[in-house]
Amino acid sequence: MNIQTVFKLRNTPAVLAAGLLLGLLATNSARAAVQVFACEPEWAALAVEVGGEGVEVISATNALQDPHYIQARPSLIAGVRKADLLVCSGSGLEDGWLPLLLRKGNNPKLQPGQPGNLVASQYVNRLEIPAVLDRAQGDMHAQGNPHIQTDPRNITLVARVLAERLQQIDPANAEAYGARLAAFEEKWRAAIAGWEERAAPLRGKRVVLHHRSWVYMDNWLGLEEAAMLESKPGLPPSAAHLNELLQQLQAAPAALIIRTPYNDPQPSEWLTKQTGIANVALPFTVGGTSDATDLYTLFDTTIRLLLDKTGAANGQ
Amino acid sequence: MNRAIFWPGALPAVLLATLPVHAQTDQDLDAIRAELTALKAQYETRIQLLEQRLSAAEQQLADEQQAPATEAGANYAAAPAPGPATLPASVPVPAPANSYASAGNEFNPAMGIILNGAYRAYEHNPEDYAIPGFPLGGETGLPDRGFSIGESEFVFTANVDDWFFSRVTAAIEQEDGDFNTSIEEAFLDTLSLPANTTLRFGRFYSSVGYLNDKHVHSWDFADQALPYSAFMGTQYGDDGIQLRWLAPTDLYVELGAELFRGASYPAAGDAHNGRGTQTVFGKIGGDVGISNSWTAGLSWFNADARDRDSGDEDDPLAFDGTTEILIADLVWKWAPNGNIRDRSLVFQTEYLWRNENGDYLLPTPDTPVPIDADTSGWYAQLIYQWQPGWRAGVRVDGLSLDDPGPQFTGSQLEALGDDPLRYTLMFDYSHSEFSRIRLQFERDETGLQNNNQLTLQYIMSLGAHGAHEF
Repeated sequence: MNIQTVFKLRNTPAVLAAGLLLGLLATNSARAAVQVFACEPEWAALAVEVGGEGVEVISATNALQDPHYIQARPSLIAGVRKADLLVCSGSGLEDGWLPLLLRKGNNPKLQPGQPGNLVASQYVNRLEIPAVLDRAQGDMHAQGNPHIQTDPRNITLVARVLAERLQQIDPANAEAYGARLAAFEEKWRAAIAGWEERAAPLRGKRVVLHHRSWVYMDNWLGLEEAAMLESKPGLPPSAAHLNELLQQLQAAPAALIIRTPYNDPQPSEWLTKQTGIANVALPFTVGGTSDATDLYTLFDTTIRLLLDKTGAANGQ
Repeated sequence: MNRAIFWPGALPAVLLATLPVHAQTDQDLDAIRAELTALKAQYETRIQLLEQRLSAAEQQLADEQQAPATEAGANYAAAPAPGPATLPASVPVPAPANSYASAGNEFNPAMGIILNGAYRAYEHNPEDYAIPGFPLGGETGLPDRGFSIGESEFVFTANVDDWFFSRVTAAIEQEDGDFNTSIEEAFLDTLSLPANTTLRFGRFYSSVGYLNDKHVHSWDFADQALPYSAFMGTQYGDDGIQLRWLAPTDLYVELGAELFRGASYPAAGDAHNGRGTQTVFGKIGGDVGISNSWTAGLSWFNADARDRDSGDEDDPLAFDGTTEILIADLVWKWAPNGNIRDRSLVFQTEYLWRNENGDYLLPTPDTPVPIDADTSGWYAQLIYQWQPGWRAGVRVDGLSLDDPGPQFTGSQLEALGDDPLRYTLMFDYSHSEFSRIRLQFERDETGLQNNNQLTLQYIMSLGAHGAHEF
């Protein structure tokens, strides 16, 4: 090809490329041992618990974002590129963006099947695996409900796999990861016992959920799911469905209406106004409320809000 | 555990015992169904509870066995070479969810179908559509009036193995009574190249610019932006190879280069032994706070054309030469807290400069006439989504003419009238991520007579549907 033709538009592409290259090589700095890319804040927090100072963690989403609907943004592609370990809920939760990030991130360490690809929900007992798949039923997760972090016992199971992966990726610090895991498990087990004791009055309470985000928590604490604000998973609550719910709740009341911090508060507040049943935005993940700053305070806050809002704390 | 075994066993028995006796009226059937559902729910809950008690007991037991033996955590850390087989005894390695006999179809590619139909109404006959000064090629031009299912796309994706990912998009379209099946895309991406690189090869849309590699179903309007229609034959796809590299920076910086066969508009004739098109592109992008994100790019595209047919059949123009295009693009997205599904505002703009240098073979005087013309095109659009599913958008796009000289008077290359301009307004509603219905009004001032156009369009996605790029 003719050189003059190539450089006709005043050498722009070549100059651009050369300038970028030089700038980049200069800024590439040393990194901490293990770079963790967590899809959700709870796994970022867990990576800090288990990995300690040996890991540098970024979370793809924050507690105010709906992890179902995230865009494969340039910043996330850059995050995937530099990561050594990916920790995500899986079960279809990140289907709308993670596969694209993995393809655009040019990082073979994170591809499925590699130690750097940890799909948390594969290591817990999943609930709600549908028998029939049909999109007329809404946005379904073929591999079961992905919101596993609302049961702290699942956190224990994922912590173990996480420690094992960190040991594989960073064998030099294997012992430290083992020690941190043991310390975490001990503290976590005691914490779970405490939460279960406090939450005992909640057993059998009927709750209304905005989305099927809480089935693991309900299963853990023995809460009974009375209804969903979404007529079908993933579809915003419609006025018609809310009116049906209103009649249903007038016939058989519930103790509380629960949503995540990213759910639209209007439908639950409307129902509260109509029925008098309290509603609450539980933190759902680390950072979901101002006091849910780590995994411990996440569940502390969750239990406290549940007890307060249902009135169960006063023996009602 | 006895109970857990008893319940599933009891179900068929209940069925058998009750059905023949009571299956007489609909009411009875309903009652039985309700009973069965209740039974099922009950037994599932019981099994779950039992499983959890069991797993809790196992955990506790294993923990107790481990704890006294060693100092905290030491025995875990000292575990031999890791891998699934060396998980500590207490880690419940999940059993495969289902064990089914092989039917040979477990590894079928993910399959999706995209239906993209429309009703169109135009003020003037679409067959007279032309942009003076810009001979059109590729799939450019207005679709027919009236109802049309347009182009149906069949998309297959799968990992070939641990090295390659593949996507094949086949399109079926009916044109003038004939069915056309075409392979729009059939490419492979590497999955495990070192140094943050990916190689793509096969047939694919060039990654230059922002809109060029976006599929028709993900466009924000029912038609392509004017500069892409005029310069790229709607979008440039060809057989070739692409190398992309991500810079080791916290900012997203991607550089890429492509080499294509040079068979489709604006290239033609497989120049340079089938390496007729070359491109280089760079993209950067990032976030500003949690609510804003952006991307910008600069691309260079060079296509050699050998005996390229352009223009309509009545007035053919053959071109020999090179088409060089420089594209600058910018996209800015705002969504409160990054929840793009709830509410968002997206601004998108691109500018394309084109130089066409070579010879046109005009119908008369039937000798090659040299041309060296600089034209440009641009568009800017704003899409606002005010609540989940509901969007409105406005777009303005235009081209700037360059008079190629008196020797082209009377041909399609003659610059007539004002610079082409177009104004578009659209509204669409997506009931779910998989369906979209759109209404679009267009004021087209690109031709010699202004054309008002209306499009009512649906885009439906069946089956597996890959994520859309930013």
